[in-house]
Amino acid sequence: MINGVGRFIPNGMQPFVSSDNFLTKERRLISKKTKQSKTVFLDNIEEVFDVLGIDSNMTISFHHHLRNGDKVIKMVSEEIEKRDIKNLHFAPSSIFPSYTKLVDLIKKGNVNEIHTNYLNGEVAKVISQGYLKGKLVMNTHGGRARAIESGDLSIDVAFIACPVVDKFGNGHGATGKSACGTLGYSISDLEYAKKVVLVTDTVVEKLENYQLDSKFVDYVLIVDSIGDRMGIVSGTTEITKDPIGLKIAKDCANLLNYLGLIRNDFSMQTGAGKTSLAVVKYVEEIMKKNHIIGSFASGGITKAYVGMLEAGLFKQLYDVQCFDLEAVSSFAKNKNHIAMTASEYGNPFEKEPICDKLDFVILGATEIDLDFNVNVTTDSMGNLIGGSGGHADIAYGSNVTIIISPLIKSRIPIIKEKVMTVTTPGSDVDILITERGIAINPKRTDLHEKLANSQFPIFEIAELLEISHKITGVPKKIETNEQIIGYVEYRDGTYLDCIRKVKNGY
Amino acid sequence: MKGIAGSKESNDCLITIETSKKTTIEINSIVGQFFYDQILKTVEDTLKEQNIENVSVIVEDKGALDYTIKSRLLTAIERMKEDV
Repeated sequence: MINGVGRFIPNGMQPFVSSDNFLTKERRLISKKTKQSKTVFLDNIEEVFDVLGIDSNMTISFHHHLRNGDKVIKMVSEEIEKRDIKNLHFAPSSIFPSYTKLVDLIKKGNVNEIHTNYLNGEVAKVISQGYLKGKLVMNTHGGRARAIESGDLSIDVAFIACPVVDKFGNGHGATGKSACGTLGYSISDLEYAKKVVLVTDTVVEKLENYQLDSKFVDYVLIVDSIGDRMGIVSGTTEITKDPIGLKIAKDCANLLNYLGLIRNDFSMQTGAGKTSLAVVKYVEEIMKKNHIIGSFASGGITKAYVGMLEAGLFKQLYDVQCFDLEAVSSFAKNKNHIAMTASEYGNPFEKEPICDKLDFVILGATEIDLDFNVNVTTDSMGNLIGGSGGHADIAYGSNVTIIISPLIKSRIPIIKEKVMTVTTPGSDVDILITERGIAINPKRTDLHEKLANSQFPIFEIAELLEISHKITGVPKKIETNEQIIGYVEYRDGTYLDCIRKVKNGY
Repeated sequence: MKGIAGSKESNDCLITIETSKKTTIEINSIVGQFFYDQILKTVEDTLKEQNIENVSVIVEDKGALDYTIKSRLLTAIERMKEDV
């Protein structure tokens, strides 16, 4: 059947209707786990597998706060490989290029189903090529929390990498030799998984503040090291030097200012990409010039926002994951740098999620189409290269959603008639800013009116598509393989799109 | 005789041209699935325009636009002519 964004969804699966359709549904909650006995401390992983009886067909979850520096998923994967446990279901909140052990587990049939919100690197490549025997389901950060709390994603064992644990079994991310800051993505796993194992390399007597409550913790596994601290820094955290990126960022900040969105008590979120960081810098300049004090910034927090909090430009930061070590140390010492859970961040059924309070968000896109649907899941050839993360959550929640991107990336026009994969429905995307022009979603008549007499180069999105084709030539339509290897699940649990096996690989 | 021009930077291409018994064109492009035919046509048209025959051309393309491909090829041709 065809869903609300015009995509085919196999019969028997709930098709996406609209991004606000969840408002007609009730929140479903399984009961939070209760544990009978005291937290047990163990020091080798074999024992953990033995006492938990980890076996075929179980669902095992992880968080990704240690990103490329994570050693816990590797440790667990190696034990699975050693015992040759088959047909497992993995549910890590994201998958990073360093998770290469997972490639072997997929190829050998140890892991046959995966739920995640983002993936790239070698694992993404082998799944695109069709090696995963079951299906891949791509959630959003808020949607994963919803799936866990409702029991749709039932977790048998959650392995939670935890930088510091006290003798009672409470855990925190702020300190310890592998400190990574807030552990927001792990909270649903902690509260709802049938069994919870905190994996740590630092045990202290007593934690005064902690994010993970021992009442949910069954076991603590003490190891030499849970991660390489330098690997937790997310990609680049430097501002772009590319003149095209800088122009887009400047136009974006000026547009925000023209729309009156940079005003006292405003709130914002951006990604951690190089161009997004340039937007933050220009917004900061406007705030300083006009003596603006914002309410909060949220997201994965970077050092740019830490600087603004410390300078008094924002009152608070809401942080689900710290993107760099400056954010980690700010989280540890600044009471206005506040942890939020994935549910508090973007779960549609949460009472007042942070994403709904945002005035504007700045997001990227691999592709955007004439209906403003955005793809950040696959590239234009269909290879998996990312995923929603919080993209669809904050696009829905915020008042104004802005996509920034060069019009052309390595000859490939970013605007398509139809995107390869829908990650975020176009109904939640308001403005596209490229270096050659700006397009506004026709349904936002309010924004059209406000910008009607401005000097900004405003075009129909179809006109921008035509401009890009004049520069690159018209790209040939590529053949796609019809074999479905996975699905894009919307935050409310309905299905937005199918992901297909790639035809030619990389 | 051989001439090389360009780079393997994003949005550029590296072109190698060498005298040969017959004309062959090899294109390795990251956007080949979309633009192979256009890249081939640009190379063929440029060779024709310059009256160049019996060469082997290798294009290693990282998403260059047609005018970039053409200018890299023209430079590679000049370098080939100077390569004695």
